[in-house]
Amino acid sequence: MSTSNREIISNGLWNNNQALVALLGLCPLLAVSNTLINGLGLGLATTLVLISSNATISFIRNWVRQEVRLPVFVLVIASFVTAVELAMNAWFHDLHKILGIFIPLIVTNCTIVGRAEAFASRNPVPQSMLDGLSMGMGFTLVLMTLGGLREFIGQGTILAGAHLMFGEAARSLSFSMGADYHGLILAILPPGAFFGLGLLIALKHVIDKRNAQRADKPAQAPTAEPAAAEG
Amino acid sequence: MKFPVHTSPYGGLPNNVTRVMGEVLLALVPGIIALVYYFGWGVLINIVIAVITALAAEAGILRLRKRPVKPSLTDLSATVTAVLLAIALPPLLPWWMTILGVLFAIVMVKHLYGGLGYNPFNPAMAAYVLLLVSFPVAMTQWLPPQMLNEHPLTFTQTLAAIFGGGLPHDLTWDAITSATPLDAMREQLKMNKTISEIAQNPMWGDFGARGWEWVGNWFLLGGLFLLWRRIITWHIPFAMIAGLLLSSGLFWLFDAESMPFPGFHLFSGGMILGAFFIATDPVTASTTPKGRLIYGFLIGVTVFIIRSWGGYPDAVAFAVLLMNMAAPTIDYYTQPRVFGFRGKDNA
Repeated sequence: MSTSNREIISNGLWNNNQALVALLGLCPLLAVSNTLINGLGLGLATTLVLISSNATISFIRNWVRQEVRLPVFVLVIASFVTAVELAMNAWFHDLHKILGIFIPLIVTNCTIVGRAEAFASRNPVPQSMLDGLSMGMGFTLVLMTLGGLREFIGQGTILAGAHLMFGEAARSLSFSMGADYHGLILAILPPGAFFGLGLLIALKHVIDKRNAQRADKPAQAPTAEPAAAEG
Repeated sequence: MKFPVHTSPYGGLPNNVTRVMGEVLLALVPGIIALVYYFGWGVLINIVIAVITALAAEAGILRLRKRPVKPSLTDLSATVTAVLLAIALPPLLPWWMTILGVLFAIVMVKHLYGGLGYNPFNPAMAAYVLLLVSFPVAMTQWLPPQMLNEHPLTFTQTLAAIFGGGLPHDLTWDAITSATPLDAMREQLKMNKTISEIAQNPMWGDFGARGWEWVGNWFLLGGLFLLWRRIITWHIPFAMIAGLLLSSGLFWLFDAESMPFPGFHLFSGGMILGAFFIATDPVTASTTPKGRLIYGFLIGVTVFIIRSWGGYPDAVAFAVLLMNMAAPTIDYYTQPRVFGFRGKDNA
């Protein structure tokens, strides 16, 4: 059972996107996607954990017995989450304060144990790492899109708090509509996250449908002609 | 000569959506006239904006969904949603907020769930909550009723305020707007005033707040018309009002100085409108007779709870949405016995 690298990447980013298709890890997805930077921060932390946990689990997959695999996975994941949390606390202290409980909660993110079980425990290390990277990036992209949309609609800014992530020099990256902007506060509140995610999923379905139709058309065209000739 | 033969039942008018919605609109007219009389032209302008937006949104989304546009557009259901939302909005609300609310009601709450007959939530109330949560300042800037209003705006001034946000030079928003009675009651109770102190204020009338009580009465008239025409049944309004009166009466008996009189609850805010026009929405309400009683009663109690201890002054919209969520469950447990069958044991 080997999957090509191309497939692994497209699965992670689009076809089996953990947030939009598998609908895993919704708790952090909905809770911290109120600004783009928060989304990016949590997304990157999750990606880092995914890559390292996938690599480790894939590495030890032949020594771990079936019966105890889940506790072992959880132990591995928890160790990496703790490491990432400490690292964020050290180098991105302000961002760490904002994301708060949701960084340790990465442990419970179903995406990570899901990928460990479904992919890393059956595939060699390089593929598992690539899978972790692409799944993590897919998750991060959704978090950023949702965060950016909610931030813009809710408070009229984009990249607010960029300095939390990229240092003081990035402060000028933030864009704001100005104080006159009446934000649709609902977008920042929890219901806004559900509406936003629902709309993103719908958008993905529309795009997939369009693509499927476009792929079908060339195949149908030759069969349609003889039928017309008969009529 | 051959006469058309119909099967029974013979009595009654054909019950179709257009007729039901048309009569609901008709029943709203007295209340709307009262609102315009007490609160000025803004109410009417809001209604016009809302109806135009609703029809445009309905046509647009039906085209997107590839459904026939004309029958759904002329069945007046979108119009009723728009009017119900518009009369719940403050008279001088900026135009784009009204449009945003109506778009949300029609596109997100109604059509994304499948259109008329499929929406689990009342579109008008969901839109009202969206606006209230998102624009708390604008949504609580009500005008004082006509007899207390020292600066009544003319039609053109109202138009300017809604579309341009501008007021005549000598006026400020603080000077012309005032809190709603429920809001005022709430604020003053928070300052530890007693009810008898609060009642000194000229804004209180005979049995509710001045102006508001009469708006409530005219909506009540419309509601009775709907009952008479059998558009709605008595269960939901009765149970809802009973729920509110019982719960507020109980607390009032114990502590008349910090809990408002039940009649005040009944005739302020959206209670009467809610009981007869909003909670009775056939799509989102409970449909069994026993279920309707439970549904209405719980709305009434929830209204009282949110008004007394919640974060917002009025609660009809929140209560209706909460019970919308409960309606399928209520229906499930209150199925009436089918004729010819015994109870569940022998079924």
